[in-house]
This record gives sequence, C-alpha cells and structure tokens, in this order.
Amino acid sequence: MRVEHATHSSRIGIAIIAIALVVFALAPFWGDRQTLRLLAEIFTFVALASLWNLLAGYAGLVSVGQQAFVGLGGYLLFALVIILDVHPIWAILIAGPVAAVVAVPVAALIFRLRGAYFAIGTWVVAEVFRLLASQISVLGGGSGISLPASAVIAMAPSRQAREFETYWLALGLTIIVLATIVVLLRSRHGLALTAIRDNETAAQSSGVGVIRIKFYVYVLVAFGTSMIGALIFLMKLRISPDTAFSVNDWTAFVIFITVIGGIGRIEGPIIGTIVFFMLRQTLADLGSLYLLMMGAVAIVVMLWAPKGLWGLIAERFGWQALPLQRYLVLTPKTEEAGRKP
Amino acid sequence: MGWTNVILQGVLIGGLYAMFAAGLSLIFGVMRLVNIAHGDLIVLAAYVALMVTQTLGIDPLTSLLLVTPVMALIGYALQRGLLNRTLGDDLLPPLLVTFGLSIIIQNGLLELFTADSRKLQAGAIEIQTFQLLQGVWVGLLPLIQFVVAVAVIAGLQTLFYRTALGRAFRATSDDQAVAQLMGLDTRHVFAMAMALSLAIIAIAGVFLAVRANFDPSIGPARLIFGFEAVIIGGLGSMWGTLAGGVILGVSQAIGAQIDPGWQLLAGHIVFLVILAVRPQGLFPKVSG
Amino acid sequence: MPDPLLEVNAIDAFYGDFQALFGVSLRVEAGQVVAVIGANGGGKSTLLKCIAGLMSPRRGDILFDGKAVGGAPAFEVLAHGIALVPEGRRLFPSLTVEENLLIGGQLRRPGPWTLDRVYELFPVLAERRHLPAPSLSGGQQQMAAIGRALMSNPRLLLCDEISLGLAPIVVRDIYARLPAIVAEGLSLIVVEQDIAQALKAARQVYCLQEGRIALQGKAAELTRESISAAYFGV
Repeated sequence: MRVEHATHSSRIGIAIIAIALVVFALAPFWGDRQTLRLLAEIFTFVALASLWNLLAGYAGLVSVGQQAFVGLGGYLLFALVIILDVHPIWAILIAGPVAAVVAVPVAALIFRLRGAYFAIGTWVVAEVFRLLASQISVLGGGSGISLPASAVIAMAPSRQAREFETYWLALGLTIIVLATIVVLLRSRHGLALTAIRDNETAAQSSGVGVIRIKFYVYVLVAFGTSMIGALIFLMKLRISPDTAFSVNDWTAFVIFITVIGGIGRIEGPIIGTIVFFMLRQTLADLGSLYLLMMGAVAIVVMLWAPKGLWGLIAERFGWQALPLQRYLVLTPKTEEAGRKP
Repeated sequence: MGWTNVILQGVLIGGLYAMFAAGLSLIFGVMRLVNIAHGDLIVLAAYVALMVTQTLGIDPLTSLLLVTPVMALIGYALQRGLLNRTLGDDLLPPLLVTFGLSIIIQNGLLELFTADSRKLQAGAIEIQTFQLLQGVWVGLLPLIQFVVAVAVIAGLQTLFYRTALGRAFRATSDDQAVAQLMGLDTRHVFAMAMALSLAIIAIAGVFLAVRANFDPSIGPARLIFGFEAVIIGGLGSMWGTLAGGVILGVSQAIGAQIDPGWQLLAGHIVFLVILAVRPQGLFPKVSG
Repeated sequence: MPDPLLEVNAIDAFYGDFQALFGVSLRVEAGQVVAVIGANGGGKSTLLKCIAGLMSPRRGDILFDGKAVGGAPAFEVLAHGIALVPEGRRLFPSLTVEENLLIGGQLRRPGPWTLDRVYELFPVLAERRHLPAPSLSGGQQQMAAIGRALMSNPRLLLCDEISLGLAPIVVRDIYARLPAIVAEGLSLIVVEQDIAQALKAARQVYCLQEGRIALQGKAAELTRESISAAYFGV
C-alpha cells in the first residue's frame, strides 16, 4: 500500500508545464520588448494570486490587505538600494525575510480578529504601512521616488540586458513561488492545510494545530508577496505610497483572478490570470469599467460557480494539472492478505 | 487652537464615526455579515443626496427626507436579491461578494460622476458657531450632527429592545431555525435589517457630504473608521460603539494637532493598541 | 369517517446521503393526542421537523386539513396552524420570557391563546415574565417553550421530547396541563422517550425504529411486550 499523487491528466499537465517552461525561458530570444513586459506582468500576477490563494483558499485567511506586503517589498527594495546602496537583485532577496519578520507582530495583532473583521484588519495594516511610507521623506514621502540611475546601471550595462534580466527574474521567482506552494501542499503540512480548507472544525478536532499553521502560512505568504512586490517595483523603476499600496492593483485584481479561476485549487490562479489577461488584451484597458465588470463576474462566479472555472472543468472531467491529490494504491500482497477467508 | 477645542472637535466627529459604525454592527449582530461595501454605500448616499439637491433645489438636510427612504429601499433589495444568497456557514461568499460590490460601486460612481471632488452646501448653517464655554467655540453643524448621531443610536436601542421588529432581529440573530418556526420569514428580517442599516448610512452620508469634500474613492476609509469604532468600543454594544467613535475622533484630532500628516495614523495606532491589549473592546456587551 | 387533521403519507427524509425516515405514515384526528415513541436516533425528531417545515421530505406528502404542506418553509407551516415545541426547548436567549412568548404570537392567528391565557396555564411564567429566558429552570423553560408555541394559536401542537432532562415530578406537572390544552381544541403529537408518560397521555401510539414505523395502535390495546419488541427491534 502506498500513496500516489499522479493521475493520467496530471501527467499530461506536467508535460505541458515542462514544455511551457522551456518556451518561456527562451522568450527573450523569440519575443519583443512588449511581449517580455507582458509575460513578466503575467508571471507576477500568477505568483501574487497563487500566494493569496494559499492564504485564503487553503488556510481560510481572507485578506484584503496583501497590498501591505507588495508595497512593503517595493519600499524595502528602494530603501536598500537608495539608502544602503545594495544591488537591486540582492535587495529583492533581502526583502523576503525582512517582510517575514515584520509579518510576525502583524499576525499577532490581527489574528485577534475573526472572519470578515480579520479581513478589514488586514486593510487597516495596509493603510498604516501606506501612511508610514508617506512620512519617509528620504524615500520621496507622499509623492514617491524613482530608482536612481546608478542602481539601474548596476544591474546590467545595456537596457536590453536589463530587460532580459528582469524577465528571467520574474519567471524564476514565479517558478520558485509555485514550486514552494506545490511542495508545501504535497507535504504533511499540505495535508493539514487541505483539511483546513475542506472543513476547519473537523481539522481542528482531528488534532491539526490550526492557529499555528495559519500563522506560518501568513508569514510565508508575506515573504513571497514582498519579494514579488520588490520585483514589481524594480520593473516599474518608480514607487509612491499610492501605487505601492493600491487596493485595486494588488488586491482587487488578485482576488477576482483567483475567484474566477478557482479558489482552493492550485490551478485556479493560473487559469484566472490567463483569462484576465486575455480579456484585457481583447477589451483593452477600459479602466474603471473593466474593474466594474470583473467585480460583477466575480460575484456571479462566487454565487453560482464557487469553485471557479477550474473547479467546473476539474469536476466535470476529473482532471488535475498537477499531481497533488493523494491516492491509496493497493499492492498485490496487500490484496492477498486482505482477502476474506 | 486650545486643547479643549481640539478634543471637542474630536468628540463631535466621533458622532459621525459612531453612525458609520452603527450600521455596520447592526448587520453583524443580526446576520453575522460584515459588509465590505459599507463605506462605499455611505459615499453612494452622498451622491444620491447630490443628485436630489441639484434636481430639486433643496438643501441637504431636507434632502434626507428623500435620500433615507431611497437608500433603505436599495438596502432591502440588495439583501433580498443578492446578499441573502451569501449567508451560510462559509466565510468566503459574503466577504468576496461584498468586496466585489465595493469595487463595483466605486467604479460605477467613478464612471457616472468622475473623480472630481464634490461637496454639498448647507448654507449659512455651515459657518455658524457659538460659544459653549469661555474660549470654547463649537460649530452649529458639527453639533447638530453629533446630536443626530446620539439620537440615531438611542433610536436603535429603542427599536431593538422595545419593538416587535427589534424582537424579530434579536430572535433571528439568536437562532435562525427556531425564528422560522415562530413564523418569522428570515429573508424578510435580514432585508429589513439591511434596509435599516442603509437608512443610517443615508444620514451619515449626507452629513459627511456637507462636512467635507467627497469623491468615489473615499469609501474604504469610512468603512475602516466605522470598523475601528466598533472594535474600540466593543462588539455588541451600541453605546460602546458611540464611545469607540468618540475615542477614534479624539485620537485623530490630537494626532492632527501634533502633525497634520499624523491625523489618520494616530487613529489607527490607538485602534491597534486597543486590539493588542484589550481585543474585546472597551465596553463589550456581557452576553446574557 | 371524517378526514384526519394531519396525514403523513409514506415520507422519506434524508440528512445529506443518510436516510433517516423510510416510508413513514401517520394520522392525527382532530382533538386527538398521538404519541410517537422510539429509541434515540429512530427518527422521531426528524418526523416532527418534516411536519413543521424545518426539513423537506424527499418522497411522500404531508396533508394538513387537506392542504399539502410537505416541503413548505416553517413560517408558512405555522401560518397553516402547526406549531413545534422544539427538542431542548430552544428559547431565544437574548429575549425575556415575555418577549419569547410575544415572538410566538407575532403571527397573530385567531384563537383563544393570549399572553394572559398562557400565564393562566403556567403561573410561574407570569412571575418571571421580565427575566431573561436562560435564567429559568429546565421545567420553567419547557413551560415557556410550550407557551410560546401556543401563542400562535395552532390547531396541531408538536411536542418534541418535553420530558428531556427534567425531574419526574416536573414532567408530571407539565403533562398534567396538556388536557387543558387539548380541551381548547388542539390536537397533539407528543414525541417521548418516557413511554409510561406517553401511553398515559395519548390515545394513539406509533413506534419508530431506525426510521420505520415498527408498531402502531391504540395505547390501551398495546401490550408491554409488543412495545418492547418494537422499541428495541428484537
């Protein structure tokens, strides 16, 4: 008897993903500047949405304040580069652990709130970060600041090299985030998380240390979100409190993507991001009308197809793109022993 | 400005915050729903008042006679048509649906009215002041607004504890299934609670619009103020909510005196401190 | 023979995938007291929930005074004239005794039961009318729960395990008042674990065992042996 993860569809899924990875890795050689920028943006949203999905879809911590860590990551990058003259790529790597440390007391505070009040609490935290950021004059205060040319050049001598570099960074970081999530979900802790996702009370009475797991997930997600945030603002080359901590950009879209794609399934955010960007390319950026539409679609999905697009497809066909489910496989010896006399 | 004046201003705006909070905690009490779109509905009320005052040429306070029932109706329809479907054991649907609603309202208002700042003019009443004590002046409008806030909270208390509707609210909040057994159509009870909440939102929205500039994006901040007032004051107590609003208002006023950029931060910090040392709030209702 | 007040015809009831009732049928004539007995988990409460509208039977139908009420929501069923005294009393803890009674009466069906009549029937409630419901003793709470159901002026009263958790003397006291209720024209279904009490109070008895009617008949005609057999499924 052993536990297996793969199914026929997940084997196909892995194959598709492997091919996609190769294609994406080679993108700087077949794609133009526009394509690279678009792909990088897609990757960062996949990462952000996957992290939010882990937090809300698996750990049941619905946060509408993750922009706190996106902005924190961005500001950490700018602070490290401008004040401490750190190389931008190192700054991204440092942003993660620093944000994780910040997340600890934040979690201690807001975990005192439950459910929807917790959600609003995360929003308050984001607001506090935003207000604090506007007070830091050396980082531009309320109007923000641009990345100094010296730091930009430190990354790579030519603009093209820099663009290749940030593109591969985006791809690499996203792969690491997704890989971490997959490894986590396949582990013992992942089993506990899936139990929490399915039925928190039952999980608790089965001995799962729910609060502790939620805490670790919150800190882990803060780690990842900040690194992605640092990367995003490295690509933008400019930061301001309003853009860094924007609810619309970093929370509304992320939530809508995940809901429409499918909460609580790892494939959901990926599908959702694809749909989101396809729509954006075809409909063009209609700004507030687009947000309005996405909001309406998200509501409809939440009420009538709560498992999202991927949920509908997966249930209909029994697919999974990644080998995450656990199947008990009986080996011949076990069958022999179990046969009734 | 002397400190007495600062604190007085804080107290008076605390009344407005308490009104933001009252609608929020009423809904939570009756149906365990937290309406993320609460702040945006306050802004919506302000825009409805804008349209009413512009088309009918009446002053904002009179417009309340029309704005309040309109918002109440919107609340009833919203609950019956949409939000009742989200109620249940799962945490995600009400949260995400009301979040989606918040984004929809904000962007809808943006499309209809642009991002321009507006303000409702109440006329002479806005600048009138009078002397309360030696050296202590108070604006007439802020004072009226505070008195109205207290009246609203007193009214809510009376409604909850001395009327049939209030009984229905409390019973439904206690035990939905048995409430149904007693002949209460819970879909209707919830919708009435939402209608009441939006009526309070209407009053708060109009006062907000007269007091300060508003635009489609200021909703979330109002939600946060209401939420902070509820947490500071303590869940389940209407008068606690008033106290919470006042404490928040005073904190903000003191913060603003120290440095204008610290106004909002001061409020958030007081909220976080209370959350850290006394998470149940200052005046939580002792459950019977 | 006149039409029965309540007709339950071969209902099946499920909790998700678990079937709790299998083709259960029952009749209550006007002015009759019917007892439903059976071991725990037998389906007695489920049966009452279906009649009261808290659950929908998946198959079969329920007719009250000739009208189909199976599947109707609880507040509609109350309007037709069926009231349930739920298992465990379930008074509203945020309300006082009097407020609990008033909630029961807020549907305002015509009939003899008013606040004063309920206080007449249960004087101890009058003494405690403004106290919060949870402050009452178990027996007093049971009386309040019955009073609350009476306030809607039902024609059929469903009593789910009113003896549960109460001292025998209290149980006898409550059951002693049932005839007064019936005299006002009510019919009763009494679900009971206390068989002796049930047989004393009721004319017709049904025994539910694992979701099926194992025995039915007039209380006077059933023997101890047949009841035990049905009860325990021996």
